[in-house]
Amino acid sequence: MNIGLLYSRIRRDEKLLLNELRERGHEVTKIDVRKEQFDLTEPPESFDGLDVVVDRCLATSRSLYITRFLQSYGIPVVNSHETADICADKAKNSLALADAGVPTPNTKVAFTVESAMDIVEEFGYPCVLKPVVGSWGRLMAKIDSEAAAEAILEHKATLGNYEHKVFYIQEFVEKPGRDIRVLAVDGEPIAAMTRSSDHWLTNAAKGADAEAFELDARAKELVKQASDAVGGGLLGVDLMETGSDYTVHEVNHTVEFKALNDAVDVDVPAAVVDWLEATVEGEKTLAGVSA
Amino acid sequence: MSDTITAEDPLSGEEIDLPSDVEVGEIIDSPATGAELEVVSLDPVTLEEAPELEEDWGE
Repeated sequence: MNIGLLYSRIRRDEKLLLNELRERGHEVTKIDVRKEQFDLTEPPESFDGLDVVVDRCLATSRSLYITRFLQSYGIPVVNSHETADICADKAKNSLALADAGVPTPNTKVAFTVESAMDIVEEFGYPCVLKPVVGSWGRLMAKIDSEAAAEAILEHKATLGNYEHKVFYIQEFVEKPGRDIRVLAVDGEPIAAMTRSSDHWLTNAAKGADAEAFELDARAKELVKQASDAVGGGLLGVDLMETGSDYTVHEVNHTVEFKALNDAVDVDVPAAVVDWLEATVEGEKTLAGVSA
Repeated sequence: MSDTITAEDPLSGEEIDLPSDVEVGEIIDSPATGAELEVVSLDPVTLEEAPELEEDWGE
């Protein structure tokens, strides 16, 4: 296959993928999105002859626009624009999960400080305020008191850009000091790990400890449902244990997997490339059938 | 073949060792300053200070 890899930084994740693709003899075209221009009708030359493009853009805005352009050009892209659009925005992400009947933390959105304050008081303390766009645990606030709520909401309203005037507020889930990250392809788990920390945030980017985790049947079922809810693809599904069940708090669309690869026995990049090969082969078969 | 190649750290001016399989676009931590450096060319290997992470960057 000839695979395009969209990037703005080559991290260990991208390098693992590139090495696996090249070792299997695939042609890889690295495309630095900072250098490209996107016409309304004709794709840039860098995209000539590609069987599939893998979006590894770090910037959400770039990811959203480029996937949309590629779909307009008829170039297959992983993940799809629709999936990226839902996963990039926590409010859309929560709505998709709730619409699909996937258990997800109780969440409300408001657009003014006063309405947001009402939600905080209804949820009680602590509750969690998150930016609708963002990751790596940045700008997340665990609100422990009325005074903290007033200060944080005022700061966001005064200092933030427009996205920070969308107040996304979530009940605080008492998790057992860890959450679960599952890497899945079209809902089929490749591998899973727990991320444990004494801090309430258990993101790998915040230094949480990663350990392999064996998914039970219920977790697998929820991963499939969550993946379907956002349109499928190569995804990171985040779950928390709630005692008798799980709750899915988020699905990530440009998922990092280096920490997972270190934590589990599975060869994660190999499994991702297996899926990419099968996906491209499937697209070709479908095209052949419909031609 | 050597396992490492050297390049100049654009911030400290020191020579730093890089893996021989570095890629254009790869991010390297400067051993001297801890700053993130980006490989911008391979022949010769040239580094520049990497762009700051922006608010909408992430997974």
